[in-house]
Amino acid sequence: MMLVFALFFLLPLLFVTIVSAWDYNEYEMIPAFSLRGYTDTFEGCIVELPNLCTILKTYLKTLELCLLTWVLTLLIGFTVAYFLAFHVRSKTWQIVLTLLCTIPFWTSNVIRMIAWIPLLGRNGLVNRGLEAAGLIKQPLEWLLFSEFSVVLALVHLFTFFMVVPIFNSMIRIDKRLIEAAYDAGATGWQTLVNIIIPLAKPGIVIGSIFVITIVMGDFVTVGVMGGQQIASAGKIIEARLNALQFPAPRPMRSSCSASRS
Amino acid sequence: MTKSSKLNRGISRRAVLKGAAGAAGLAAGSGAITGFPYVQAADPKVLRYLGTAVNEGDEISKKCLADTGIKIEYITATTDDVTKRVITQPNSFDVLDTEYFSLKKLVPSGNIFALDAKKIKEFDNITPVFTKGQLPNGKKIGDQGTAPWKVLYLEGANSKTFSKTPTEFVTLIPTVYNADTLGIRPDLIKRPISSWTELLNPEFKGKASILNIPSIGIMDAAMVVEATGQHTYADKGNMTKAEIDLTMKIMTEAKKAGQFRAFWKDFNESGNLMASGETVIQSMWSPAVTKVRSMGIPCVFQPLKEGYRSWASGFCVSKAVSGAKLDWAYEFVNWYLSGWAGAYLNRQGYYSAVLSTAKANMTADEWGYWMEGKAAVSDIKAPDGTVLEKAGAKRDGGSYDDRMGAVACWNAVMDENDYMVRKWNEFIAA
Repeated sequence: MMLVFALFFLLPLLFVTIVSAWDYNEYEMIPAFSLRGYTDTFEGCIVELPNLCTILKTYLKTLELCLLTWVLTLLIGFTVAYFLAFHVRSKTWQIVLTLLCTIPFWTSNVIRMIAWIPLLGRNGLVNRGLEAAGLIKQPLEWLLFSEFSVVLALVHLFTFFMVVPIFNSMIRIDKRLIEAAYDAGATGWQTLVNIIIPLAKPGIVIGSIFVITIVMGDFVTVGVMGGQQIASAGKIIEARLNALQFPAPRPMRSSCSASRS
Repeated sequence: MTKSSKLNRGISRRAVLKGAAGAAGLAAGSGAITGFPYVQAADPKVLRYLGTAVNEGDEISKKCLADTGIKIEYITATTDDVTKRVITQPNSFDVLDTEYFSLKKLVPSGNIFALDAKKIKEFDNITPVFTKGQLPNGKKIGDQGTAPWKVLYLEGANSKTFSKTPTEFVTLIPTVYNADTLGIRPDLIKRPISSWTELLNPEFKGKASILNIPSIGIMDAAMVVEATGQHTYADKGNMTKAEIDLTMKIMTEAKKAGQFRAFWKDFNESGNLMASGETVIQSMWSPAVTKVRSMGIPCVFQPLKEGYRSWASGFCVSKAVSGAKLDWAYEFVNWYLSGWAGAYLNRQGYYSAVLSTAKANMTADEWGYWMEGKAAVSDIKAPDGTVLEKAGAKRDGGSYDDRMGAVACWNAVMDENDYMVRKWNEFIAA
């Protein structure tokens, strides 16, 4: 076990750290000690204080997106899992409904982008509908290519990662505990807070790890739904790799893989 | 796969396995995979062709197989990924189709092999745009940026230095090029557009877009900044740090003021933005304009008074290619320049490197519409037969001489590329 951990986690992490201290030019990495990857990445971070430099601002933005997505997926995921575990009685229906939750995974990112434009776009269904209902006079621009649309797409995609582990924990809860709580006079809320949530905690933790690690590293959804105008840590890494600056993203990448562990 | 590798064993089982691994790797990165290895039992002439989707038509590979017996296996990647692959996996392709500006990264890596001009039949007939930087009629073309004639020759077969005078060692045999400009929706703008400054005109607030590929986007940005009169660059394609700062400052201010609706990276995205009316003016590439127009939505590849931003690409081979495979590569490049492929490219709105052979493969009407700026006599059709323009239509920007003659700068890799990419990231994050 220890060997596997060392071979597949510690060793790669060590390589990443070593390469991060290499020099580089347009077409190759130079195995000479240089902290350029770090100084370039965190350029201006000290000089510009108290204003935040690009990289810190980007991380803050990424964390903000992450937090919003986590809260929403948790609320929605928990509710869906609760419904599946306690309100749907038949096993068959539980399976059918869980499978239905996988629908967002049937589409590719490009399809999703094309699909959102007619819905959220300037001339999209939502804007047309609101205008027809007389609620707005000008189309709402923030519906698409904004933080709103990024979080919406992330929640749409990743709620499932919350649903499955939480559902898995919930169906293992002994139903007699709930009956006992009911018999002892607990209200629905008390049962939820004192019995179901504590027992569903492992599922909540696993689901949270899935969602947070995926969102922290995401650059495709942020790019597509943010109209390439919103930066995330993953996007900066992508842009620098595309410019063949291989060592430069390493400082960021090691912090990402550390957050993934 | 099992079947094909079985049949292919006699030829090169490794190549098939490699191809599959490469394809799988690509699928993660860039989506479209065209050339999947398949069996050509009788004839083992196979070339793995790495390039962007722009030039990789199925029609071309089919025609090539019929004419020469060479089976082309396409490996499709985005501009940045092509470069990355040449640097990191030089053995994963045979023929490389790439842009001249990336040569500044590729040549020093030593991973590509210069072709011998003497073995290219039509080399002397290649348009002087590439060899001398002038039109066939002698007019000089803008040379800012990584213009092809600056990086066309090497000093020797294994040299890593570009030669200023012609030699027989050619970095890339030219194939295709074009002059890019802004695309507009004339039906939504409702007035004439004649300058790059319009991209930042507050009239189009929230309805403009620029492409998010730093080495190309910065050139569009520079065209805009220079057009507004805020700065005149000595060379837009080789800015100083101060010039990069100034350019990005102007773009960042515009971004913060909400000028841009979105940025795009894949040319399909640019088509969607334009077709849905999310944007009305933006950086665009010719095939995206054609795509929007073929949906019945008016879209113009607008000529502007400051001129065009041009790009060009060509062929070279991996340093791992030798022997018979190298001969096939020459055979393929010679076939490519012999006319059929050139006519195919011209019909898509690009330009072919050898004009005379392409002309022989096009009708007089087609040549008139695409190359001479004349009104079409009958309907103009795309290579696949769909009608692109009705009879009477004229090409945006006019003739070859009008369009290529008005080129102001070329896509570029700057000396300060590294700094520029960082500043570009800040612009995106702002």
